[in-house]
Amino acid sequence: MLEVRDLSVEIAAGREKLRVVEGVSFSVGRGEAVGLVGESGSGKSMSAFAILNLFPSPHARIAGGDIWLEGRNLRGLSAREWRGVRGAQIGMVFQDPSSYLDPLIPVGRQVAETLRAHGRNEGAEARVLELLDLMELPSPAEVARKYPHELSGGMRQRILIAAALALRPALLIADEPTTALDVTVQAGILDLLTRLRVELDLGILLITHDLGVVAETCQQVHVMYAGTIVEQNEVGALFRQPRHPYSQGLLGSMLGPDSRAGNLFSIPGSVPGARDMPAGCRFHPRCPIFQPGLCDTGEPALVDRTGGGSDRCRRSGEFDNAWRRTA
Amino acid sequence: MSTPILEARSVSQLFPIRSRQRLFARTVMQRAVDGISVSIHPGEVVALVGESGSGKSTLGRMLLGLLPPSEGSIHFRGEPVAGLSGDAARRFRREVQVVFQDTGASLNPRHTIGQSVALPLQHNLRLPAGEVGRRVDTLLDQVGLAPARFRERLPHELSGGQRQRVGIARALASEPSVIIADEPVSALDVSVRAQVLELLDRLRRQRQLAYLFITHDLGVVRALADRVLVMQGGQLVESGEVDALLTSPQHAYTQRLLAATPVPDPARQAQRLAQALAGRPA
Ligand SMILES: Nc1ncnc2c1ncn2[C@@H]1O[C@H](COP(=O)(O)OP(=O)(O)OP(=O)(O)O)[C@@H](O)[C@H]1O
Ligand SMILES: Nc1ncnc2c1ncn2[C@@H]1O[C@H](COP(=O)(O)OP(=O)(O)O)[C@@H](O)[C@H]1O
Ligand code: SF4
Ligand SMILES: [Mg+2]
Ligand SMILES: [Mg+2]
Repeated sequence: MLEVRDLSVEIAAGREKLRVVEGVSFSVGRGEAVGLVGESGSGKSMSAFAILNLFPSPHARIAGGDIWLEGRNLRGLSAREWRGVRGAQIGMVFQDPSSYLDPLIPVGRQVAETLRAHGRNEGAEARVLELLDLMELPSPAEVARKYPHELSGGMRQRILIAAALALRPALLIADEPTTALDVTVQAGILDLLTRLRVELDLGILLITHDLGVVAETCQQVHVMYAGTIVEQNEVGALFRQPRHPYSQGLLGSMLGPDSRAGNLFSIPGSVPGARDMPAGCRFHPRCPIFQPGLCDTGEPALVDRTGGGSDRCRRSGEFDNAWRRTA
Repeated sequence: MSTPILEARSVSQLFPIRSRQRLFARTVMQRAVDGISVSIHPGEVVALVGESGSGKSTLGRMLLGLLPPSEGSIHFRGEPVAGLSGDAARRFRREVQVVFQDTGASLNPRHTIGQSVALPLQHNLRLPAGEVGRRVDTLLDQVGLAPARFRERLPHELSGGQRQRVGIARALASEPSVIIADEPVSALDVSVRAQVLELLDRLRRQRQLAYLFITHDLGVVRALADRVLVMQGGQLVESGEVDALLTSPQHAYTQRLLAATPVPDPARQAQRLAQALAGRPA
């Protein structure tokens, strides 16, 4: 349904042009949840904004690639046509629900506004109540009359999901939708997304830095590092047997039941900026199995591996865990 | 047992509830914190968990002396904080420090990292100018930021995790004996989170630094805390030693929190899906 090919995003900084997303490809099918994970600054949000051609900064733009949605290439569209696609064919929700809601307008009217903006005045009220009910909000009619500040963070996020789905889009892009919520509220939202995926046959692109959230919600996973996808696989395989040292390191940094301060693992160093991108493999300055001559000449391509999935490591699969060198 | 560094004795905090409809009705008070006692000893990590709005931050602000309790009292090294003045009051403000979730975001954007960390050294410790520079470097080193690379940078030139570590360096500059940490690592990536937790643990072991650690991340609680307190609706509903409490949680909220915590195991998806569909009778 959604097919992103070789997407690049550029940010103009003075005279410089910074490539913050480079050659990213992925697809999302109907009824499928695809996770985009990686540390902050790896280009997850920029990739999502590119699909919508809606950047928070006027200096950012799509620099290359194609975005196919249900057989149509969005790259050729005019700004007006693209606006039609947003909302109608692609819904979106972001991390901080408060900043996307108007504090002075009852939330029901804000959901109705999405319908009206696309000329669906007929039966808007009824549709809003139906949507709020779909979001498992108790007494929809009552909730619709409330102002954002009268609702909890979790309820506000449900209102935004309702607005995003008002026009029955086939795809929902959710950028860190639960990061600002506490754990029990997060679990409710993730359950809701799963139910909507199955019941509405909705495709979901879920962007998060939380691997636990991905494990419980997504079927496919793409791991991003420094603007590129470094590993892609089906969720079970990726968690069972990550191949790229970066994926192995991310999984190793998660706090498990046996993690105690004193033995916590972390990947040394930090994500490079677009200005000081290392030559060759972008991860090589932090990699425990970096091999001079092999890893620092030319960027490794994303290679399909036998048995499924793909990754960008020249020593892919040599070690079960490169950080402990166990073969 | 030693005297606690910081202690809350049956504290409550009452806030007026504002209601749009009844503008002239008499004010109703809400008990955001309702009769809580807690003590923090040197080198101890006490975790405070609870759902959003349960009163965790409000209790934290009372312990910091930022909010006088409506009932009960806060004690610093055995002395009621309300009665402190002069040197004793200064000592309280210096020894009890805070780190927020977005401590990094509160750095002055026009001050270099070095200047930001120097400020508490000059004000709280009144160190001579020559000594300040050396101490700034030691502090930056301690939080894993190479002084030569970071001293002259401005906050916007740092990543979120690096800024958070500057915030911690600044709190440490005053040589605190206890830190109230309100979700200090929840905005950090897993890898940086592990680094910051290791740092906090090292300081606890090296300097007997104590923490009240507010979080809803049970992984963090397990990794760092000795004891855990569970709050709901302003009250303490459960407390105990971490491993015991997380192995057999008694209170419904603690059980829910444990069940809701995501696990990096895709095998749980089937169960979650069944649960999600069952949760809604068609
Ligand atoms: N200054 C204030 N005036 C009025 N009510 C307040 C004030 N500060 C907090 N409250 C209320 O007190 C209760 C407890 O708030 P508090 O911020 O302590 O919760 P918390 O447990 O820290 O929540 P979170 O996990 O969301 O940070 C909430 O109902 C909140 O709305
Ligand atoms: N307005 C901007 N100006 C300059 N650089 C930016 C801007 N917004 C984001 N970036 C840079 O783009 C890169 C990718 O950012 P982003 O997509 O937000 O990452 P993520 O969502 O994975 O945390 C980062 O290096 C970030 O610093
Ligand atoms: S290509 Fe080389 S440097 Fe890059 S991740 Fe693989 S082994 Fe490490
Ligand atoms: Mg982002
Ligand atoms: Mg709080």
